[in-house]
Amino acid sequence: MMRFNRFRLPARVRRRAERQWLIGRAIQRRGALRAVADRTAAIRPADILAFVTQRNERIRLPYFLDYYRDLGVRHFLFVDNASDDGSTDYLRRQEDVSLWRAEASYKRARFGMDWINWLLWRYGRDHWCLSVDPDEFLVYPHCDCRPLAALTDWLDASGRRSFPAMLLDMYPRGALEDETYREGGNPFEIAGWFDPANYSIAKNKYYGNLWIQGGPRSRAFFSYDPLAGPALNKIPLVKWQRRYAYVSSTHMLLPRGLNLVYDENGGEMASGCLLHAKFLSTFSEKSAEELDRRQHYADSQEYRAYHAGLQGGTRLWCSESREYRDWRQLEDLGLISRGNWA
Amino acid sequence: MTAPVRLGVILLCHDRLDVAARMARIWAEGGARVAIHVDAKTPGAEIATLRTALADLEGILYSRRRRCDWGRFNLVRATQDAAEELLAACPDLTHVYLASGACLPLRPVAELAAHLAADPGRDHIESVSAHDVGWTVGGLNDERFTLYFPFDWRRQRGLFDRSVEWQRRLRVRRGMPRGISPHLGSQWWCLTAATLRAILTDPRRVEFDRYFRLTWIPDESYFQTLARRHSVTIESRSLTLAKFDHKGRPYQLYDDHIPMLEDSRCFVARKAWPGATKLLAHFPRPPAELPDPAPPRPARIERLINHTVRRRVLGRPGLYMQSRYPRKDAENGKTSAPYALFQGFSDIFPDFETWLAERVPGDVHGHLFGPEQVEFAGRPEIGPGAISSNPLLRDHDAQGFLTALIRITGRMQIFQFSPRDNQVLNWFIATDPNAHVFVITGAWMLPLLHSGMPFDDIRRVSAQLQRAELEHVEVLNSVWVKARAQVYELADFLARPEVLMGEVLRQLDPQVVPITSLPDMRDPAGLAQLLRRLRNSGLQPRLIGAELPPADPPGTERKAAE
Repeated sequence: MMRFNRFRLPARVRRRAERQWLIGRAIQRRGALRAVADRTAAIRPADILAFVTQRNERIRLPYFLDYYRDLGVRHFLFVDNASDDGSTDYLRRQEDVSLWRAEASYKRARFGMDWINWLLWRYGRDHWCLSVDPDEFLVYPHCDCRPLAALTDWLDASGRRSFPAMLLDMYPRGALEDETYREGGNPFEIAGWFDPANYSIAKNKYYGNLWIQGGPRSRAFFSYDPLAGPALNKIPLVKWQRRYAYVSSTHMLLPRGLNLVYDENGGEMASGCLLHAKFLSTFSEKSAEELDRRQHYADSQEYRAYHAGLQGGTRLWCSESREYRDWRQLEDLGLISRGNWA
Repeated sequence: MTAPVRLGVILLCHDRLDVAARMARIWAEGGARVAIHVDAKTPGAEIATLRTALADLEGILYSRRRRCDWGRFNLVRATQDAAEELLAACPDLTHVYLASGACLPLRPVAELAAHLAADPGRDHIESVSAHDVGWTVGGLNDERFTLYFPFDWRRQRGLFDRSVEWQRRLRVRRGMPRGISPHLGSQWWCLTAATLRAILTDPRRVEFDRYFRLTWIPDESYFQTLARRHSVTIESRSLTLAKFDHKGRPYQLYDDHIPMLEDSRCFVARKAWPGATKLLAHFPRPPAELPDPAPPRPARIERLINHTVRRRVLGRPGLYMQSRYPRKDAENGKTSAPYALFQGFSDIFPDFETWLAERVPGDVHGHLFGPEQVEFAGRPEIGPGAISSNPLLRDHDAQGFLTALIRITGRMQIFQFSPRDNQVLNWFIATDPNAHVFVITGAWMLPLLHSGMPFDDIRRVSAQLQRAELEHVEVLNSVWVKARAQVYELADFLARPEVLMGEVLRQLDPQVVPITSLPDMRDPAGLAQLLRRLRNSGLQPRLIGAELPPADPPGTERKAAE
């Protein structure tokens, strides 16, 4: 971050200052969150927790909650950013959901990360915490037969504190509007295709994370300026401690060691994917709305690009797209790895 | 069948006593006498639950509780205590099995007894001479017997490392007690009562215990070494399936391992994930009418585990992804499959790409690294694996581009190259054993010759291209080259194009059909003149070669000779 660059301090000191600034900021702004349903007393010591920010995602929520309940997430901590589609009421009724409402600006809360950092600080300590959006679905090696707790137990036993899961954009075969997404349905029955090899990697020396770009968005929406495409690297699963903080979305954390989820000596560490069900029939309404709000990263550049692209009837599908089968397929393609989790 | 087997089991437990209780019940109901040792660090309340859970079973012994730390002698001491109590309480035991509370019996206890009864005098303990093994973790092989290890590896790591370092510097070498030679092996064993008794009542036991107290990880060496002293026959293979990863952590077993474990016919496996309810319910298999004494066949599951260890340590060659991003020259395979780069050929033969595609098995691309576009074969907008043909994206991560392309396609990737293209991968390709590099230096002159550009422009462009190609050739001539590189000078190549082209194709595919014709060639007439003009304008052409073929077309030359 540029903020701390103007003092000529060693990188270690700058990172520490930035981390403390992030944590302090999250704590200071906790007042922006108003508890709607606080069931955090029900959280038991080894529970896996999910932290989610959402706005007007009512139609997606049932499948989302069921997906992660099946994996073994025990409690959901939601921040609802001024929804008006009934999602607040829906979430309030769920027994395993604690809900806060934030009326403040999403953008000024560092795209919601201040809120999430606060909830993580307050409730996440010593838990494995999964920070995802309502359109992100975690896939990890053996996820068809082993629950999330098996993974976190193994990570604990291997002395690991964080687990990477790259964002994999999924899209339908035809145009986005062709098939309407219905509540409770599996979004990947519609948007079941992805780019198998179209990803570029660069290493961020300061934070130590890998910066992954590419996928359908960069070839379809960002062809005029491909390097401005969104980052796909994410580290959503962390055994939280109070000295941790997410820096930018869930792309990277501080302290830096949490970002070192890759092997540099030729070996493979275990990793997963977040299947991204963004490109459904709900997308164009959403992009029109978000375009008006201008509340997203880089002045909603992404949404503007999408909107322009999708109005022209752009399809994301191409003849090289692959249809999603299971985690083994992703592993064979080299998008995820089981590492040494046999 | 000979004398009946009376089996005793020592269970070492430290956490998850609910699982341990379950295991103890399996052993006890299978007819074994069980002695349980619980780590002194485990809270008392949990032990009370364990005792109540096993209250209905008779004859379960709870041995004296000791504090156990990984890699320390107190683990051996706990085993010794439990063994002594077990042998004292049931003098009629014939075998004692050492297992942990997380060790899951896979086959009925009766089958294990039947297996032991087949050769009742045999001790099943993995015991490998410490001088010969190479599989211990942490690089301490011999040293774990010749240095002192007073510190705990897990809790006092700094002190541990420093003490090892100092002892190395001071050349400390402990003497081994006379009469034993160090052996290592899996800590889970099954000894005959006779051997175990002999170890425990050895008149020199005090001396041995004193020695092993300060070795490292004595639970993997104490019984393994002393069994060599007292045993008559040793089967040096553990009956417990226990695999460790490259850091010495045991593998866990899950529900999806059920078929493989069943297939392995191992008696006991370590260690089951406590949440693997199906696995825990599935094993042990119910006893058959007649116990089957067949020995274990763990080869398949061992192969699986070795495979994942390899994946963790070496990874898949040519893969660059979110959890594998090797440093330069630590890649273990820079790319995943052979590929070929042709430089200069398409300058001499404008139609080279299609000509080559008909003759070799592989995808023949144009200039993948060209400045205007990524020229995939057939020039699609989106290439194999949905890789974009946008040169900006390619140049952002050129190495990732090439390696992803090679990995995603099934056939050999062949592409054209020239000094006009992005040169950033020259070192990467030159040091990659998968690369076949064929270069005709100076061939870029031919298109310039026919370009019709003003001479000043030709001179400027020539200077740029020559510099780029000189740098590339220097790379290809360095001592670090791992690629199979062939560099021809233009003059050489033009002198005998058919022979050299045949050589090139044979290197690419030994079974290639010998070529009978070459594709259409750009006319080299006038090249010598152009070179002379360049030389006279101050640019020394350095890549063309010594002698160009005569400037005039061959036909006229023959006429002149007549």
